[in-house]
Amino acid sequence: MKKRLSLLERMAAVPHIVWVVLFIIGPMLFVLYFAFTDKDNHFSFSNIGQLATYSHIFLLSVLFALIATVICLLIGYPLAYFMARSKPSTQKILMILLMLPMWVSLLIRTYSLLVLLDNGGLINSLLMAMGRKEPIRIIGTGFAVVLGMIYDFLPYMVLPIYTSISKLDNRYLEAAADLGCTPFGTIFRVVLPLTVPGILSGITMVFVPSISTFYISQKLGGGKMELIGDTIERQFKQATASAYHIGAALSLVMMILILISTLFLNKISDDDKGGVLV
Amino acid sequence: MKAFSRIYLVLIFLLLYAPILVLIVFSFNEKGSFAAYTGFSFKWYRELFRDSTALQSLRNSLLLAISSAAIATVIGMFAALGLDRMRLRWLKNSIKAVTNIPMMNPDIVTGVSMLLFFVAVGGILQKINGNIDLIGFPSMLIAHVTFSLPYVILSILPRFRQLDPSLREAAMDLGCTPAQSFFKVEFPHILPGIVTGMIMAFTLSLDDFVISHFVSSPDFVTLPLYIYNQTAHRVKYSMYALCTLIIFVMVIMLLLVNFVSGIGERGKRKKETV
Repeated sequence: MKKRLSLLERMAAVPHIVWVVLFIIGPMLFVLYFAFTDKDNHFSFSNIGQLATYSHIFLLSVLFALIATVICLLIGYPLAYFMARSKPSTQKILMILLMLPMWVSLLIRTYSLLVLLDNGGLINSLLMAMGRKEPIRIIGTGFAVVLGMIYDFLPYMVLPIYTSISKLDNRYLEAAADLGCTPFGTIFRVVLPLTVPGILSGITMVFVPSISTFYISQKLGGGKMELIGDTIERQFKQATASAYHIGAALSLVMMILILISTLFLNKISDDDKGGVLV
Repeated sequence: MKAFSRIYLVLIFLLLYAPILVLIVFSFNEKGSFAAYTGFSFKWYRELFRDSTALQSLRNSLLLAISSAAIATVIGMFAALGLDRMRLRWLKNSIKAVTNIPMMNPDIVTGVSMLLFFVAVGGILQKINGNIDLIGFPSMLIAHVTFSLPYVILSILPRFRQLDPSLREAAMDLGCTPAQSFFKVEFPHILPGIVTGMIMAFTLSLDDFVISHFVSSPDFVTLPLYIYNQTAHRVKYSMYALCTLIIFVMVIMLLLVNFVSGIGERGKRKKETV
């Protein structure tokens, strides 16, 4: 039955539509505009042409983000699995424990890691107290940056995987066991394939912030590790206004890279769903 | 297997919490050093509260978080109502897709796009009237409302969907005007979603660093920006105290959200058993 809608109901979304057109689509158009103009506001491809000089930074960022994502998956999957298999009351507590770091600013968590790993930090202070003469230099290495990414973004990997494992119908696992699957066989041949959508969304949620970070590399890289996020940030915060154009071009490329990888992951996820239905 | 899973859980959660716990413990350390824990003290907290820039940035953060959460909640609530009633599927889906762009995009891209927008539009406005300056509180307010909107709508929209439309029709058959039926029947049902959305918007605003970093001016500094400026050079112990305070506020917020959505869940279950 179709019912007449009141004026309020028909108009309710209008302020929101105006808002998103002005402040989401508008800014996106300005990224395009700045990326394809020079400092005299003439149309030009020179910003895009200059991007080749940043290719090594792009590669390093992709590499770091990939390593962090893979390690997060390797640590996070068993964690999500064990969480989903524990008692419901324990699950509730573990869930809050997992959410809490996501609510505490990335800034604070990265800073707390710096407090731990710095030359005068807790670990080095303890080592020196035990008789070591030189502090171990951790800050300023690629290791510290990747560690920061893993530490900051691990909960984003665990959450979607946990959700998809706990939605899993227990009868699949029982059927697998009845048909002679070992516990490990069940995990690899039943649970893992059925939770691919969760894994893919976890990968997106770790990879996207990792590849675009500038704070982690600034703090934990000690200014020696320049990632693509740092390069973009520098164009806008430290350079003159003419650097905005190259910064916009860099942002545009990053946005397109991420869009492509998200679409690619969604495609795998959709294909997979089809497979399960068959 | 059981023992292994328990050890693994404890170990990973310990590692996840170790740096935060160290920060909290040493914020109460009298001597500003890791070499020794010399005794429990509120020294760094006192120093923090004597720091007028820190207090000013706290006031700024609260002002921004309250006003952006209020605006986002009102716009988001009506948007959810409108989306729920919308019959044009393509329009509904494209509105949702555009709303979610700030959630999908890396924060740095959202921040950069907003900065470019405010620089360009602000330039035009300044030609008309030299006194208008968008960058500062106005730009941050707009940015914070924009990135909060998808979360507000996501927490309200499902509540509209759960509600049986015949309840609304029954209310109107019994003589309610559409507005009355909205406020008497639907509003109480979606209220937990509104509260959850508002708390999330408030928390996101209080917490945001990356987007604020791009659209802010030195005249309007929020807490995360202040922490960023302070930690740029060397470790400051009053920052440990500040971070500890913020962590405690976030714990309370998280428990609050769990409590509010818990009330909603329980209400739902009760209705199902009836």
